[in-house]
Amino acid sequence: MRTNSRDATLLRALAVAVLLGAATPVAAQPELPPITDADRAAAFPDVGGAHAHGMREDPLDRSLRVDELESQQTDGYDLLAWKAHAWVGRSFDKLAIRTEGEQRGGDTERAELQLLWSHTIARWWDLVTGARLDFQPTPSRTWAAVGVAGIAPYRFDIEATAFFADGGDNAARVEATYELLITQRWILEPRLELDWYGQDEPALGLASGLARSEGGLRLRYEIRREVAPYVGIAQERRIGSSAELVRANGGDPTDTRFVAGVRLRF
Amino acid sequence: MEDDWAHDASQGVTPRLFQPATTRRAFVKGLVATGVLASADAWLPRRTALAASADVAMLRGPEIDLVIGAREVSVTGAARTATLANGTLPGPILRWREGDDVTLRVRNELATDTAIHWHGVLTPSNMDGVPGMSFHGIAPGETFAYRFHSRQSGTYWYHAHADFQEQTGLYGAIVIEPSKPEPFSYDREHVVLLSDWTDRDPRELYLLLKRHSDYFNYNQRTLGDFVRDSRRDGFGSALQDRFAWARMRMTPADLADVGGHAYTYLVNGKTPAGNWTGLFAPGERVRLRIVNGSAMTTFDVRIPGLTMTVVAADGQHVRPIAVDEFRMGAAEVLDVIVEPRGADAFTLFAQSLDRSGYARATLAVRDGLEAAVPPLDPPIYLGMADMGHGEHAGHVATAGAAPDAHASHESHGAADHSAHSRQTHPETETHNAAIDMQAAAPMPRLADPGVGLRDNGRRVLAYADLHSAFTDPDGREPGRTLELHLTGHMDRFLWSFDGVPFSGAEPLVLHYGERVRVVLVNDTMMEHPIHLHGMWSDLEDERGEFLVRKHTISVPPGTRRSFRVTADALGRWAFHCHLLYHMTAGMFREVRVEEGAAPPGEHDHAHVHGEASAPAAEHEHAGHEHSVGAPVPEGETHEHGVAEPTPSAPSHDHSQHAHE
Repeated sequence: MRTNSRDATLLRALAVAVLLGAATPVAAQPELPPITDADRAAAFPDVGGAHAHGMREDPLDRSLRVDELESQQTDGYDLLAWKAHAWVGRSFDKLAIRTEGEQRGGDTERAELQLLWSHTIARWWDLVTGARLDFQPTPSRTWAAVGVAGIAPYRFDIEATAFFADGGDNAARVEATYELLITQRWILEPRLELDWYGQDEPALGLASGLARSEGGLRLRYEIRREVAPYVGIAQERRIGSSAELVRANGGDPTDTRFVAGVRLRF
Repeated sequence: MEDDWAHDASQGVTPRLFQPATTRRAFVKGLVATGVLASADAWLPRRTALAASADVAMLRGPEIDLVIGAREVSVTGAARTATLANGTLPGPILRWREGDDVTLRVRNELATDTAIHWHGVLTPSNMDGVPGMSFHGIAPGETFAYRFHSRQSGTYWYHAHADFQEQTGLYGAIVIEPSKPEPFSYDREHVVLLSDWTDRDPRELYLLLKRHSDYFNYNQRTLGDFVRDSRRDGFGSALQDRFAWARMRMTPADLADVGGHAYTYLVNGKTPAGNWTGLFAPGERVRLRIVNGSAMTTFDVRIPGLTMTVVAADGQHVRPIAVDEFRMGAAEVLDVIVEPRGADAFTLFAQSLDRSGYARATLAVRDGLEAAVPPLDPPIYLGMADMGHGEHAGHVATAGAAPDAHASHESHGAADHSAHSRQTHPETETHNAAIDMQAAAPMPRLADPGVGLRDNGRRVLAYADLHSAFTDPDGREPGRTLELHLTGHMDRFLWSFDGVPFSGAEPLVLHYGERVRVVLVNDTMMEHPIHLHGMWSDLEDERGEFLVRKHTISVPPGTRRSFRVTADALGRWAFHCHLLYHMTAGMFREVRVEEGAAPPGEHDHAHVHGEASAPAAEHEHAGHEHSVGAPVPEGETHEHGVAEPTPSAPSHDHSQHAHE
């Protein structure tokens, strides 16, 4: 008997549907019970000021990224080079520090620190504004910095920054990196940096204009996402007048180095 | 107690579906049942064996006490602090009866606030368990008594709705026994609660995702895949595909934010090695109440060697449908019946969508047995068509022109494909840095079993296969349409509706008694299980007809799906993506059901369609090279097959989709 109850229910439902259809052209609105004050109290209770859904969407966070910390081997000398990026902030606004530099035999040849406010201006782009401090070479110099950072089509990681110093000095730097996954953990990272100066930079051995490029090809192994040792090659080229300067001194405007280091991401 | 259940199981008084009542066995059973009915107040599940492997505690209502506390557990071998109900992972199964006046006393022994939400269970707003909407939360040391009249039956679950406590173990199953006979029978039942456990601190995990959204993805496409694709499709084609994705700055491997590198997938709290075992006796019909209680995981579930007959979805009866496999978004629930025979053990295999791990359990005639565990399926890569980019929107399939036998269930033959219109998007998505893509031509794709499950040789459940066992309980046409877009930015790990996170959004206002259509458009690459508290979500088919009643509706990338809501529950209700970290990030809205008849849409943030008849239907074309169709079952058709789309389906007036 119970086995048939489903059929019976269906039949009843059908019968009701037919009757309803005949009696009322529009499907009946389900009857809702009248609302009582108790219902109202239950519907809109005092929530005691509790934060709605109790979540923090966008908590304060921080990150440290050491993109390069490496030894560079070339004819006759060893270089220690670093490039790092740290920030504290939230999704759209961050206080960021960038630093890069080189040491040769314990002497710091080049060291700079940028202190930036990073603000998201578009889906893939952040505007960065702040200051850049060159500690080396001396005398140290302070620049104002403004630029963009983000991800370009085809997933190129881009940083493009212009720098302005006292006395009308200016400079610009564009960096692009890309990631090629050989496997899930072996990752090849081509990188290109271009430096432009508005004036001659004798301390750096550079002339005004597009002065130098630095290409790199680094192969890392991600032991964990946080720690990835790598090897690779880096090639620094002096360009244009800067290349002429090097040649005039009997040097080679192209300097190719083997590099080995570790990439850190926290 | 346990013995009683087992003993009673042999009496199996339930009527059997598919079995004529006139068999002698059923007749005898009928007599027994009558006796039971005469003498007892509950008729069916009390005579059914419950979780014979007595390792998941059970509490029986109508009065239940839960104590929430921090407990040290070791799931992976490392000691971690979990947030548990009554000290177990998962929490105890709660059982009560439809019609009960239930009291659930929850005592908080944590150092922080807690809150429990009864997922899918209809309660007054102040018993729904969402801090800041339903109540103030449960402070340390406080006991909160949830009291409500139980108005439904079926399988549901409960979980924390506070902070990240759901991730650290605060969840369990709910079984509400029906007051009337169910339209199917079984001899034994088990709750199968799937979940994901991590040894990481979930707050840290959330920040990690915001810093590096691909942190856990070790199924990216590599050089090796490129070489393979080049051989298969040609170098140019493989390169073109890479370019297409790279140009969007996206990767087709973004299927899950958190995978097996952080998660250990559990069945009833047991790891794959721990092998939770549910017992059966040969010849029995076993009901599995399968709950996806995970924080972030979509599972593809199957039991090699067994056909699963789905009898309920999200607690509500559906017309039985036999399948080999189904996909479950977080918070979705399916009741299936299996008839294990011919072997002593069967593996229940639930692999994560990103194929980075699996949960596993065994159905066996005794403890200690195991069956072969299948390998994980290969990693899945999304196609452009999966993203609703409508690469093929211009292709018009005509009757008989389907490219192969695997034409989509939703192939509309000669349907009006001119109805294709480009998806419009809310203004709040324009110049919004918090979204990274928009679907150009999303479609309902209800007959699509989903990416990675098409044409896999198994009968895979699709939403189009689910039909409520009852007719549309409301019957009215929706009076208006609310369209909401699921939005996000993968790299920045931002999630929202219409590009606006919870913190910046006004509540969606519904008017008590009204019937609305909610259209969800997925403008992201990820599948989002969307859950409305307090009211049912009645999923519609492509033509806007009632399909199945659910509490959580999965919306894959590139789809546009609609459901109806009868606003019969006054109050403030949460409406959100059930991926915990997406919800945290802001893919969350308040739905406010108010008295009175203010002009529709006046306060709604969502763009409101004034007209009634604008279902999510965009007619679909048959699958082309990126087939979006369901595989045609081999040798067997679904018992309650997909409604045959009629070529003469009325074309919808798409001008009504214009946003106000």
